[in-house]
Amino acid sequence: MLGYFVQRLAQAVVVVFAMSIIVFVGVYAIGNPIDVLIDPGATQEIRAKLIAQYGLDQPLWRQYLTFLVNVAQGDMGTSMVYNIPVVDLVFSRLPATLELVFVSVVIATGIGIPAGLYAGYRPDSYGAKAIMALSVLGFSVPTFWIGMLLIMTFAVNLGVLPSGGRGDLGTVLGIDTSLATLDGWSHVIMPALNLSLFKMGLMIRLTRAGMVEAMRTDYVKFARAQGLTDRQIVFSHVLRNISIPIVTVFGLELGSTLAFAVVTESVFTWPGVGKLIIDSILQLDRPVMVTYLVMVVILFVLINLTVDLVYARLDPRVRLKGGA
Amino acid sequence: MSAALDVRGLTTRFDTRKGPVTAVNDVSFSVQPGRIMGLVGESGSGKSVTGFSILGLIDAPGQITEGQVLVDGTDLRSLSPDALRRMRGKHVAMVFQDPMMTLNPVLRVGDQMAMAVRVHDRVSKSAAWDRARQALETVGIPAPAERLRAYPHQLSGGMRQRVAIATALLHRPSVIIADEPTTALDVSIQGQILAEVRRLADETDTAIVWVTHDLAVVSSLADDICVMYAGRIVESGSAEAVLSAPKHPYTRGLIDSVPARHAPGQPLPQIPGATPQLINLPQGCAFRPRCPRATDLCAMQPPQAGEAHFALCHHPLTGSQT
Repeated sequence: MLGYFVQRLAQAVVVVFAMSIIVFVGVYAIGNPIDVLIDPGATQEIRAKLIAQYGLDQPLWRQYLTFLVNVAQGDMGTSMVYNIPVVDLVFSRLPATLELVFVSVVIATGIGIPAGLYAGYRPDSYGAKAIMALSVLGFSVPTFWIGMLLIMTFAVNLGVLPSGGRGDLGTVLGIDTSLATLDGWSHVIMPALNLSLFKMGLMIRLTRAGMVEAMRTDYVKFARAQGLTDRQIVFSHVLRNISIPIVTVFGLELGSTLAFAVVTESVFTWPGVGKLIIDSILQLDRPVMVTYLVMVVILFVLINLTVDLVYARLDPRVRLKGGA
Repeated sequence: MSAALDVRGLTTRFDTRKGPVTAVNDVSFSVQPGRIMGLVGESGSGKSVTGFSILGLIDAPGQITEGQVLVDGTDLRSLSPDALRRMRGKHVAMVFQDPMMTLNPVLRVGDQMAMAVRVHDRVSKSAAWDRARQALETVGIPAPAERLRAYPHQLSGGMRQRVAIATALLHRPSVIIADEPTTALDVSIQGQILAEVRRLADETDTAIVWVTHDLAVVSSLADDICVMYAGRIVESGSAEAVLSAPKHPYTRGLIDSVPARHAPGQPLPQIPGATPQLINLPQGCAFRPRCPRATDLCAMQPPQAGEAHFALCHHPLTGSQT
């Protein structure tokens, strides 16, 4: 177990390191931020001075080296646009995205897994067919379009929910969050639902497929032959067996939603990190881009590690081994 | 003595796309407590479906259309789904063919067995584990307490099949349906399990229906034999009578096909042809196209069942011919 952790940690460091190089080179290739940031009327002298100040006159490898040295000292750089430390900037936006993703994942699994179980349990029923039809819609209709429809329906026509923003914040454990106030919930529920639809469709299909397959297995027949109730069979025998693919996809989806809730955040003008990264790319705010992407990589590494640990809990045949 | 299991006119039909298929056709037999009945037949003869039909575990598109299944005098077919579920495991249990697949891979053996205990008896978890441990002891598993904490993949095939048998025994059911439980095992393990089952039937007075295609197994284990062909029981009687003096040409063919009976190097006698497709059974007697004794009569009308040691045949073999 300890060997496993050490190995995973080493892997993670390599991945983050490699990723930082790719990101750095990629961001360098996009364009010169000075062209965007500076007043077009500025003199050549001021221009040169600014370029020197950001170290942009140095060759790429030296810029990267400087970046590494700074990171080693805990300094991820300063936003060129907001002129505040990047870490502060990202972390000021992160809670908004986290709460949005959290609510959407709860909706997706809370509805998706039971619906999938039902659809797999009674695959020929009308209810199952309706669920499957909805799941197809869920991951084939573009998110932004559904988002706009939601706004049209609930904000414009019915006027029951606000169309955007984060609403009133309350403080829980020292973190400002919309989930602490009723107004905040009214703001979060629509974008969260929007964000959850794709994942919900996926969860439904995965759960259903696993359920249909599991109900045909011998161990389910054997359980039935022992007189177990269908409820016991589904919840004690089947759910545990089909949870591995569900957990895998859950982990992947959690990571990608956290990193790329961009579309939904834009549609609902949600002040999360997704919006921040889009703005940063448009304004070529290099430090923000680099920091954000490296953070996303770390996030994925952490989620994958957690998923592996959960595997080992769920399936006794999975052994976590170091080496190899 | 009243029979532990009495099956009367059991008929199970599958509505397939090509039409209805009668997998179990008017099957009747009974098993006394403590007796082992071998239900013998080739693949596709309907012997496994018969086993599942007895427990009422036939899923759509299949359905039991006719007949009675009396366990301890209660007709399972007259029960509500929930009442039937309560009978399963309690009064009639089943053991499956492949021990690698019958246990849930992600649950401890003890948890699975305890669940089977607690679904019928309201006992504490620890009492249920205790019962499970005793059951493992009964089937001759060494260090049962340790085995209970194991996951199925940590046990050998023979051990898993013993666990499955122990699970079936948990509630001391009157009837156990064993669906080819030794087919997937090594011969030596098979021998051990057969001896164990024979002992259990004698000691616990359980009636056992042993579904198999292996005549060698049946000859060493069963008291009575039913031979199935194309969904029907074509011959039935005491094991000794059926094996030593088979009346049905099909049974004769089966016995002759057992390799051990012949000198090495000699070609094995075979039954010509293949098991007929149930959707497209020959007119009259279903065995006719493969039968050396068939006449025009066999093509015209199906034979009728008789008494005691009967054979479903117009031209049963007599003693002198065997």
